Amino acid sequence: MTVLTVAEHRRGELRDVSRELLTAGRQVADATGGELHAAVVGGDVKAFADDLNRDGVDRIHTVDDGAEFNHDVYTQVVTQLAEAVDPDLLLLPNSVNGLDYAPAVASRLDRPLVTDAVGLSMGEEPTVTRELYGSKVETTIDVHAERAVVTVRPAEWPAAEGTGDATVEPFDAEIDESAVRSTVTGFEEVGGGEVDITDADVLVSVGRGIEEEENLDLIFDLADALDATVSASRPIIDNGWLEKDRQVGQSGKVVTPDVYIAIGISGAVQHVAGMKGADTIVAINTDPNAPIFDIADYGIHDDLFEVVPALIEEFR
Amino acid sequence: MKVLVTVKEVAAVDDEFEIDGLTIDDRYVTADLNEWDEYAVEAAVQIREAGDDVEVVGVTIGDADTEETIRQALAKGVDRAVRVWDDALADAGLLDPETKARVLAAVAAEEDPDLVLTGVQSADDGFGATGVTLAEKLGFEWAAVVNDLDLDRDAGVAHVHRELEGGVEELTDVELPAVLTIQTGINEPRYASLRGIRQAQSKELTEYTLADLGLDAGDVDSPLEQTSLYEPESEGDATVFEGSAEETAAELAGVLRDRGVGQ
Repeated sequence: MTVLTVAEHRRGELRDVSRELLTAGRQVADATGGELHAAVVGGDVKAFADDLNRDGVDRIHTVDDGAEFNHDVYTQVVTQLAEAVDPDLLLLPNSVNGLDYAPAVASRLDRPLVTDAVGLSMGEEPTVTRELYGSKVETTIDVHAERAVVTVRPAEWPAAEGTGDATVEPFDAEIDESAVRSTVTGFEEVGGGEVDITDADVLVSVGRGIEEEENLDLIFDLADALDATVSASRPIIDNGWLEKDRQVGQSGKVVTPDVYIAIGISGAVQHVAGMKGADTIVAINTDPNAPIFDIADYGIHDDLFEVVPALIEEFR
Repeated sequence: MKVLVTVKEVAAVDDEFEIDGLTIDDRYVTADLNEWDEYAVEAAVQIREAGDDVEVVGVTIGDADTEETIRQALAKGVDRAVRVWDDALADAGLLDPETKARVLAAVAAEEDPDLVLTGVQSADDGFGATGVTLAEKLGFEWAAVVNDLDLDRDAGVAHVHRELEGGVEELTDVELPAVLTIQTGINEPRYASLRGIRQAQSKELTEYTLADLGLDAGDVDSPLEQTSLYEPESEGDATVFEGSAEETAAELAGVLRDRGVGQ
């Protein structure tokens, strides 16, 4: 069987998920004695193709169309390429941009789509492992079709390494310009405020468990006592309780402090993506099953409103 | 102008729960309006408040029990709502994005909206793909993961920000008609007022079966089959401190001091 992956790049850089897709794809191709194809659309396709040329990649398709991602172009190109290569499995990134074109491609190809795969196997039909209810449970899904489109969760597979000897060939897609009805006009960095959480040695990070905005005083008191910086998970930022540049996670900042103290944070995958590189991770949460404890070094299964004041007392 | 906003009742699971076959036992599940959809509803209602010729229609796929949830959207300012359900949908098992989009597209064909707003994803199954699939089915333009929306009705363009990873936003102009998937944080969803809750009870809620929409059981025959449901094994090897808050805090303080914290 044949697997086709499509790389992702932004502002001149190939994103990590591009090489992770190769690992996931190679795993499936190996199990079935098949071929692994990769594709890259737009930007410096030659340099990107070099970077994608890893162990086990058989063929790389380069499509020289535009500098940056545009979903109308990607949808047309990837659909045409999938029709030409006819892969059993089309693997795309479960990124913000992946989710901006994968559903349209699947729909045009009339192939089932399964998003956010954390596991993947290929028997006669594809089987995909996914998470439900905020990572509390996992489910397997059998796809009753010979061909499918699957989006792969970033950072779930290791990035492909080594140097390959793939054939690199350009693919000429025919772009219907009248069907390009969206225009990317620029990019903007969020934040730029006074706090740089990426520079802090110790982060006291707060999540939904804090319940009320005024309870944040408790977190700032702890940060004062520990000489730490306050950061937060997404719900706190969405509520407008703290500035955007304090957000840790996939859509916020990636932080690597010496110590990360997660308070009332359940540990959704999007949050973990931003802080798992911390040297020491401490989690305080009432829910012993919260995913944050899977990556924590030290944990307390208790009410933060009991533990945090006691901890402040310890450092007074 | 008409804005169609899709809403879904989602299941939130308690901290402790039991799995019963392919589902979580009802005792541990609470139903609520999907968090992302709350922001989509607010975005739609704000568009209505900015113009006096805008109608906001809510649509959901769900059984009679979901009526209460869709009335939450009505209480927050949605003008009227549509609920689609019948035995074929009840028997369909896992509703994948394609299946949901097919049903929603049939409703959109009836309503002929200029703009469709959906949440980025649902809190329970989290496919994150229904909105874009719906756009494709309708032949509409789209944008996924929108966290800022400036609608220029005269020009027929939505100026949006898309929230990319790593604290970067993409600025994009999208031609209408369009489907936008709305990210949390785009606005501050309002609480339903008592008056809104009262009014919601008398707002129009149209119920459709698949047949009403020109669809049949074959249209909701999903190729995806859920075959197992289980709690993932904990990968963690965290040292968990036990005891009173004072005891656990003292132990943690020791660890932190060892790492030079607060010195």
